[in-house]
Amino acid sequence: MDVINLTIDNKPVVVKKGTTILQAAKEIGVHIPTLCYMKLEDLNIENKPGGCRICVVEVEGRRNLAPACCTEVHDGMVVNSHSIRAINARRTVMELILSDHPTDCLICAKSGNCDLQNMAHYLGIRKIHYEGEQSHYRKDTSPAIIRDVDKCIMCRRCEMMCNEVQTVGVLSAINRGFNSVVAPAFEMNLDHSVCTYCGQCVAVCPTGALTEVDETGKVVRVLSDPTKTVIVQTAPAVRAALGEEFDMEAGTLVTGKLVAALRRLGFDYVFDTDFAADLTIMEEGTELLNRLGKHLAGDKNVKLPILTSCCPAWVKFFEHQFPDMKDIPSTARSPQQMFGSIAKTYFADKLGIKREDLVVVSIMPCVAKKYECGRDEFKVNKNPDVDYALTTRELAALIKISNINFRTLPNEEFDNPLGESTGAGVIFGTTGGVIEAAVRTAYELHTKKELPRLDFDELRGMEGIRKATIDFGGTPINIGIAHGLGNARKLLEEIQAGKSEFHAIEIMSCPGGCIGGGGQPYHHGNAEILKKRQKAIYQEDSKKAIRKSHKNPYIIKLYDEFLGHPMSEKAHHLLHTAYFDRTEEKG
Amino acid sequence: MPKIKLSDSTINIIKGICAEFQNKESELINVLHKTQVKLGYLPAEVQEVIARELHSSVARVYGVVTFYSFFTMIPKGEFPISICMGTACYVRGAEQVLSEFKRQLKVEVGESTSDGKFSLNCLRCVGACGLAPVVTIGEKVYGRVAPTQVKEIIAEYRQGNIQNDVKTD
Amino acid sequence: MTDYRMHILICGGTGCKASDSNGIREKLNYFINEFNLEDEVQVVLTGCFGFCEKGPIVKVLPDNTFYTEVNPSDAEDIVKEHILKGRPVKRLLYKNPKNDYAVTSANNIDFYKKQIRIALRNCGFINPENIEEYIGRDGYAALGKCLTENTPEEVIKEIKDSGLRGRGGGGFPTGLKWEITRYVSADQKYVVCNADEGDPGAFMDRSILEGDPHSVIEAMAICGYCIGADTGLVYIRAEYPLAIERLKIALKQAEEYGLLGNDILGTGFNFKIELRYGAGAFVCGEETALIHSMEGLRGEPTVKPPFPSVSGYMGKPTNVNNVETFANIPVIINKGANWFNKIGTEKSKGTKVFALAGKINNVGLIEVPMGTTLREVIYDIGGGIKDGKEFKSVQTGGPSGGCLTKKFLDTPIDYDNLIAAGSMMGSGGMIVMDEDDCMVSIARFYLEFTLEESCGKCNPCRIGNKRLHEILCRITEGKGTLEDIDKLKVLSDVIKDTSLCGLGQSSPNPVLSTLANFEHEYLAHVNEGKCPAGQCKSLMKYEIIEDLCTGCTLCFRNCPVGAITGERRVAHFIDQSLCIKCGVCFDKCKFNAIKLN
Repeated sequence: MDVINLTIDNKPVVVKKGTTILQAAKEIGVHIPTLCYMKLEDLNIENKPGGCRICVVEVEGRRNLAPACCTEVHDGMVVNSHSIRAINARRTVMELILSDHPTDCLICAKSGNCDLQNMAHYLGIRKIHYEGEQSHYRKDTSPAIIRDVDKCIMCRRCEMMCNEVQTVGVLSAINRGFNSVVAPAFEMNLDHSVCTYCGQCVAVCPTGALTEVDETGKVVRVLSDPTKTVIVQTAPAVRAALGEEFDMEAGTLVTGKLVAALRRLGFDYVFDTDFAADLTIMEEGTELLNRLGKHLAGDKNVKLPILTSCCPAWVKFFEHQFPDMKDIPSTARSPQQMFGSIAKTYFADKLGIKREDLVVVSIMPCVAKKYECGRDEFKVNKNPDVDYALTTRELAALIKISNINFRTLPNEEFDNPLGESTGAGVIFGTTGGVIEAAVRTAYELHTKKELPRLDFDELRGMEGIRKATIDFGGTPINIGIAHGLGNARKLLEEIQAGKSEFHAIEIMSCPGGCIGGGGQPYHHGNAEILKKRQKAIYQEDSKKAIRKSHKNPYIIKLYDEFLGHPMSEKAHHLLHTAYFDRTEEKG
Repeated sequence: MPKIKLSDSTINIIKGICAEFQNKESELINVLHKTQVKLGYLPAEVQEVIARELHSSVARVYGVVTFYSFFTMIPKGEFPISICMGTACYVRGAEQVLSEFKRQLKVEVGESTSDGKFSLNCLRCVGACGLAPVVTIGEKVYGRVAPTQVKEIIAEYRQGNIQNDVKTD
Repeated sequence: MTDYRMHILICGGTGCKASDSNGIREKLNYFINEFNLEDEVQVVLTGCFGFCEKGPIVKVLPDNTFYTEVNPSDAEDIVKEHILKGRPVKRLLYKNPKNDYAVTSANNIDFYKKQIRIALRNCGFINPENIEEYIGRDGYAALGKCLTENTPEEVIKEIKDSGLRGRGGGGFPTGLKWEITRYVSADQKYVVCNADEGDPGAFMDRSILEGDPHSVIEAMAICGYCIGADTGLVYIRAEYPLAIERLKIALKQAEEYGLLGNDILGTGFNFKIELRYGAGAFVCGEETALIHSMEGLRGEPTVKPPFPSVSGYMGKPTNVNNVETFANIPVIINKGANWFNKIGTEKSKGTKVFALAGKINNVGLIEVPMGTTLREVIYDIGGGIKDGKEFKSVQTGGPSGGCLTKKFLDTPIDYDNLIAAGSMMGSGGMIVMDEDDCMVSIARFYLEFTLEESCGKCNPCRIGNKRLHEILCRITEGKGTLEDIDKLKVLSDVIKDTSLCGLGQSSPNPVLSTLANFEHEYLAHVNEGKCPAGQCKSLMKYEIIEDLCTGCTLCFRNCPVGAITGERRVAHFIDQSLCIKCGVCFDKCKFNAIKLN
């Protein structure tokens, strides 16, 4: 292996050939500020346009300054990362960026979490010497995402996410020069585009140019309405990330504090989406076994693989891009929607109130969930099964403004009957989790035997596409897992070409699954955070007394009292859905 | 943006052009060139067809169309007027000629007159620096244009003394 | 050109075509038919002769008679007098402005005397649409020699020894570039010809492609042989329809003659050339941007390294040279590196083509040896400043270059001297300015160009140039401050130091060089609210001198915006709030009653 010897800030460094100045500096603890650059280690995600020019450093013998993020080191290189020349250039470039950026930081959704703001602070910018014309664009509000493009700094992270990682292709740099900006085709609104609302653009935007639709105000209003019973469900990935918003170490599980906080916010019942995840497994697992059984019996009409359908961005993705395959995914609704549907029927009945007087709020790691709960098929007489979906970040904001000291809250338990869950429900929050949960149940239902083990390491990890074969008592079941829509596309194209070897595939839109969702606390390009969240999810699972969905006593009770059996007519009506061809919807 | 409904024959023309370039995404610029020659401009609906045929995203196509000054989403006027703003023309007074055209036609650069007769654009060096400042109308080149001539030049076209000699293919 | 007794060459360059050289051709052919001379005389539409100022140009061979400013109506006399009777048409001959004597032969015209034409060797001499004429002037001999007598290494050595440097602007040694690309191993490599001439005021590449397309084709094939590529791509501006047309014809003919395609000259070497069209983006002159554009993407440059020689078109090693560089190659092979490297200066060998324009008598395309001084170019070849005005500055290098003053007139032109003087070679635009040109406005003009052409990818170029332009606008509008001048300097330095590609790294040059050489003009705008050249409209004021005004109403009638009021025989008055400073009143007034402040 070729090694390179160089000096950075008078310190000798030895690195591999092909290393950038930025990486080499990092190895010896020299911090070089970056803005557009972003790398999610192990996820194959890197944004390196070399456009912001904040990371410029002085290299001896070179005419101009070098961008550290995309300049490879060479032998004998002498780098000065913080020379007066570099610092002045960096500050001037920063002033230029700020000269074309609104200064409404005080009321910006990103305030306190903004990479640009932090950079201005880090570089000690106190005055903008080069004020001039600013770019102005129309603000675009969709059901889930707001684009305030005046705040775009052309870092191209969103464009990279939307095209290279997600292959959705809604965002592109348009125009050129001072007029260039990232936007959908014809600068149309997102809700006219093929946007899936996965929110990965929001997750990586360094400024307030892309944010989620803020619904905290609406939730506060219903909470203070005495005529409404307001219940809340919280998704599995939220508990593994919310602590970060309160300066807790990434990967700290805050389930108990989360419940306590929601109760203090005034929710009448605090429930768990994990319960609905267990329900999803009952329906989806049964559907899988049905289709598998028919397939193994030689029925040529049954289509395999079956694809999971928990992720609303994924659903919208295939409705736009693969409408010919809309009969392949499971018809099971997502846990959020199953919860809403059960809450406004079964639970409302139990309370003896009308569905209109029951408000269901969900706390989600996701921005697409905002879009999902607004879909017409999830409404009864225009009343949605889920009224509001807040992101993890919005919940954190609510907790903060409510003067709740989150870190000192006691651990509290979810309410019943919709708050009891198994370890299988918890792992829905990470890539590989849904299919592992399904395997735990489907195996036992299929073989009528108890699983010898519950941890399926072969299904876990961060690889974009993973494959495993599980022995279902003599029947080998091929399982595929994809996270990130670009990876999903690859598996879909295999199916289209008739080359797919899988019986079942789990798909999650966001890299890492819901733990990396577009509504989670910002990771600021640190993939370690995602891994720690994933670890926390499996930790919660392993601590659970019950780890198989079909063993959840409240699920058993729900079927006994209300639904009958999985895939029953009632279950079909309340827990399943249909998909639509959306190819003509754009433009 | 007003919606246009493309006729089947137009769609087929576009499809044919894409097929000529093996429907390859990397041939996007060639496809756009050829389509613009055929149709005169590249409205949104045309870009959508091209994106579909080349298995590309509309955003990408639009990103490319808006990057290059040669591509236009607005139909050109019957008589497209271009003022050369190359340096040689500039130092010989092209700017004054341009402002006179703007004033006479009451349009800005990149716009067309409301009757669709004229569109006004700038271009960089037609390579006729000896004739600076230069104005082209369609294929016709006017050399050593003075601001005072602008009115008559426009009038010639208005009165129909000069026929449109723009090649359509 | 063997069979005919005489040839009449008509310039088919853009300038002359705009002045109806096609009409001349039609008329000439008409009269040639009329007098049954079809078998004796051939009329040829050639590429640019270079002497655009005096276009349209018609040249008669073999006697090399040079007619200028020819009209279609002159065709009859040319045929009747010159062709039939052997008497040159006197009134069409070029007249030496110094003594008013008519000059018969092109060789005796000052404009051509100091030129050495290598890249332009065939422009204006051959019919670019006929491969035989190219072959007749040693065309494709170099390719044949390379393929049959030399190894690629030997050819590369020859190019390296010749000292040829890239003519597109950067001046990178061509042989070295070829060598680097040759030694990168890959299953596929490409030769790219950059014909996306975007520099406003430069049109040499266009003239070469229009006048001598085969020289570029031949050179690309030689390059392909050297680096191990079987495919060449010409990235050409879509705005150059004639160049595209002639290139297409030339490619077809070269294929027919077996000079392109498979097994060229029976040597087993395969080479084909395809066209790719530029679509109006100056930044695509930058190699990486050009490659992205050829791949169907936005023409945004990427950070180098990797250089195209290692990873270029479709990720494959790609050698990019511009048109003029390629046009030199066959001559170097034919005449040898030692012939070529005797021309020019120590570090800049050979010749350079310049597009000479602006306030100069002889606008045109010239080719001079490196080391020729600006004075020789401007005064001997260019014939001095137009209308007897005072020389102020010459701008070289286009939007990336700078403005040079009188003190540089005796500087020998080469890559390094121009950089040392604060400008650069660029692609060869050379714009001469006189006392009437405001240097702040010139800087603003170039910034306006960069602003429009910046791709927008990096912040210093996207926003920095916008701010530079805004400051320059303020100054030309009389709203600038001394602080603004400081800002121009600081900002320019940072933009140069931090921009991603060559466009941004050189965009402040026009500002810096005008500041260095003409700071007093900036200061006059800022401190005194005056434009010394009288160009900046906001600082100008047309006023009527009451004592001189006779009230003839001529200005009143001609004012396009109705800013002038007044009764007949009573002194008129200009309403400054309405005046658009078009100067019509000033020009029309017969009594010098309008003054310009």
